[in-house]
Amino acid sequence: MKPILSVKQLNTRFETFDGNVYAVNDVNFELMAGETLAVVGESGSGKSVTMLSILGLLPISTARVSGHAFFNKNVKAVDLIVLPANALNRYRGKHISIIFQDALRSLNPVQTVGEQISESLMTHLGYGKRKSYRRAVELLEMVGISQPDKRYYSYPHMFSGGMRQRAMIAIAISCSPDILIADEPTTALDVTIQTQITELIRRLQREMGMTVIWITHDLGVVAGIADRVMVMYAGTGVEISPVDQLYESPQHPYTEGLLGAIPNISATGKKRLVSIVGAPPDLFQEPAHCQFAWRCPYVFEKCWKRIPPNFKIGEGHLSKCFYDLKLKQPRTEV
Amino acid sequence: MIKMKNHQKENINPESTGLLVDLEEDRSIRARLYYIWRLLWRDKAGLIGLIVFLIIIIAAISAPLLAPHDPLQQNLIASRQPPFWAEGGSFEHLLGTDNLGRDILSRIIYGARVSIMVGFLGVSIAFSLGMVIGLIAGYKGGRIENVIMTLSNMVLSLPYLVFVVFVAAILGRSLLNVILIFGFTNIPIFVRVTRGEVLRLREEGYIEAAMSIGQKTPAIIFKHIMPNLLGPLITLATFEMSAMIFYEAGLGFLGLSVPPTIPSWGNMLAEGRQYLTYFPWMSIYPGLAIVLTGFGINLFGDWLRDVLDPRMRRMKK
Amino acid sequence: MLLGVLFLVFFLLHLTGDPVTLMVSRHASPSEIAALRQELGFDRPILVQFWDYLTNALQGDFGHSFRYRQPAMNLVMERIPATIELASVALFMAILMGVTIGILGGSNPNSILDSLARGIGLLGQTIPTFWLGLILIIIFSVNLGWFPTYGRSTFELFGLNIPDKSIVLPAFALSLFTTGQLARFTRSAVLEVMNEEYVTTARSKGLRKIRIYSRYILKNSAIPMISIIGVQFSYLLSGSIYIETIFSWPGLGNLLAEAVSTRDFFLVQATAFFTSFVVIGLQLVTDLIYMLVDPRIRYR
Repeated sequence: MKPILSVKQLNTRFETFDGNVYAVNDVNFELMAGETLAVVGESGSGKSVTMLSILGLLPISTARVSGHAFFNKNVKAVDLIVLPANALNRYRGKHISIIFQDALRSLNPVQTVGEQISESLMTHLGYGKRKSYRRAVELLEMVGISQPDKRYYSYPHMFSGGMRQRAMIAIAISCSPDILIADEPTTALDVTIQTQITELIRRLQREMGMTVIWITHDLGVVAGIADRVMVMYAGTGVEISPVDQLYESPQHPYTEGLLGAIPNISATGKKRLVSIVGAPPDLFQEPAHCQFAWRCPYVFEKCWKRIPPNFKIGEGHLSKCFYDLKLKQPRTEV
Repeated sequence: MIKMKNHQKENINPESTGLLVDLEEDRSIRARLYYIWRLLWRDKAGLIGLIVFLIIIIAAISAPLLAPHDPLQQNLIASRQPPFWAEGGSFEHLLGTDNLGRDILSRIIYGARVSIMVGFLGVSIAFSLGMVIGLIAGYKGGRIENVIMTLSNMVLSLPYLVFVVFVAAILGRSLLNVILIFGFTNIPIFVRVTRGEVLRLREEGYIEAAMSIGQKTPAIIFKHIMPNLLGPLITLATFEMSAMIFYEAGLGFLGLSVPPTIPSWGNMLAEGRQYLTYFPWMSIYPGLAIVLTGFGINLFGDWLRDVLDPRMRRMKK
Repeated sequence: MLLGVLFLVFFLLHLTGDPVTLMVSRHASPSEIAALRQELGFDRPILVQFWDYLTNALQGDFGHSFRYRQPAMNLVMERIPATIELASVALFMAILMGVTIGILGGSNPNSILDSLARGIGLLGQTIPTFWLGLILIIIFSVNLGWFPTYGRSTFELFGLNIPDKSIVLPAFALSLFTTGQLARFTRSAVLEVMNEEYVTTARSKGLRKIRIYSRYILKNSAIPMISIIGVQFSYLLSGSIYIETIFSWPGLGNLLAEAVSTRDFFLVQATAFFTSFVVIGLQLVTDLIYMLVDPRIRYR
């Protein structure tokens, strides 16, 4: 099976007044049609920037993106990175949509919610006014907003937080996209609403057959929703693995640390909550060696010499680490 | 989204930061001056602004030394001379003479005195009184705050120029009056900014902390609030100063500023206007002096605002 | 509010100076001054004076002009149209130039257009209106002879008196400050909105650039601009004091300057009050427009 999206050697840096910020460093992953890939990492690890880079949504004046992101729906794959803006517009919102974390700030305050849905329909599907109105009302209903025909004319500030996120989802799925990127869609919400929104996205994914990239900083929620997980650290994907394998035997010291940091309810209480020592590195330096070396309990000489390549550990399981966590010894490179 | 400089010092390999020296942490005066200089050098516009501003201040202070002639000396024989590069001009009077034969360059240099004096003293009055009143309003709150803010907003809602013309017309022409007019009419804007900052600062954690451990009010005001107020107020002061210099010249132009016997840029323009068609240089050069002053102060003020407001500094580029 | 402002002005004036000194010639003896003061009622307590003035004002009596020997308000009313005309043309010019430059500058940060926007902002701030008027006359009237040096001349169109090219120089001179301000504010408003997350959303939806600009960037930056344009109109009314004096434009500003130089106290007072009145009224109007345009306020 061909992946619907394959990202290769993606690098993003920001040129700022104080120097370059290396936000994304050599990210590689493949996304299979219909699956859910969770992207996990602490804030600042480059999860969002990776997705924004793929969609060409970063500010042109400061962001420099290189690498490839092949979108592979039709016969011929398209590299989204090199696509000029107006050609990219045929993919954004139509084939790939994104839901942002903060719905209040992500919705246009001076346009009604309905208009914000129907403008996508008019742009991509060529719907007329009437048809797009009917469809927008349908979509509002689909995402669980009551009285959708009235709510069509509401402005975002009149909605509650959960409703705004639902509206955001309605916009994103309006053109039945192939890929839905959910960028921490529940972080800004109350706990009870978080579950509702998560369930909503999963239901829509099943009904519409979408592929989902789920960005989160919380490894705990990943287990229930994702098929595969990519763990990001300091702008790079350090480990990518099927979800159960990751929990059973994490192969990167950072993942191990993250898992150790999750309070384990089922455990008898003897297991201590381990946290990772130190802070993420300064992204102002171009990486020249493993970025986790400063905080890594298994660090050895080689780790300071160069960036570790992706080691294949099992089927669909890759880790960027010179140390074999199973055998407790450095890996031999082929 | 973009992770900026990491200030956590623990567990960081010195190699990672490349021995990054944080200039703001070095508190010696020399290091500070050097830091300011570097900031100025980085933003050339601010540097140019400061230089122009300094030149005008120096001209104002040392006018008797710099001016080639007595600004009041009339000389009907040498009257109505154009600047030296035009036909009929001479090096004796670089920018020409006016209808009474007074040297225009000298009058401009002396005119800087009025402008700078009005600007400095006017701003000093507005700054000091405005800050005190604003502190009271922001810190005390309640009815006092209401009264102060209502009054300030009323004055601020008036058309400023009309208001000032009205007051100046009644008070009559004198340097002291002009300074007092600008000083007092500008209090409300300083009150508003001070109060806004105080309200914002009171929300800050460290001031709440200082209050909660029972530090005395004056101590909090002097130690925690005042230092943070100075940045925005100094920025405001520079812009207000340039505005006052403009309005002073404007009043002079309307014949409402200092008495006509004192050389000031506005007075020169008012005189020049009568001879506009025949001796345009009488109007051109005093006006250029105003433009140059405004230019200098504004460039410097823009730079100052960017530097003194850390929020702005981070936003840059 | 309005009443408060009026009282404040009244109070400050009587606190700061004595209107009688404005009216009499410099050579008047103290006893003459005192006599006049008594005659005009300036020796009464200020509250009484204010009340008197207010009740008269409500009946349309703002005092008499000494010079014209007419009710001050009549003179003011006569002069209003010319000032409104001048200020409106200037505002129109300023919006046309300033907003356009501001949008171009703000949407292309750090480009040449951006420098232009900032440059015009700086120019507007550093060139005094009164000097610009003089310079324009020197260049375009005296040297090039394109426009008249002063005065307002009109031609008739559909029974209306429309000003001819005589309005160009005064309106332009008056507008430059506002052009600069608008360029500056539009630039920063657009720049700020461009960085908002909803613009990223709009781009993520694959909308066309035109739509992103019209529905997202411009619509959102227009909201803060409303109050700025309102304030600018007040500046234009004030600035007309200079410009109308320079160009002998028969408006309010000219009247005020004239009244000041002829020491026509009641006329000065009537003009100043009337202008304040208009300016404060304008602020109320902009607040109202604000409410109509910004849905966030409308529904609060």
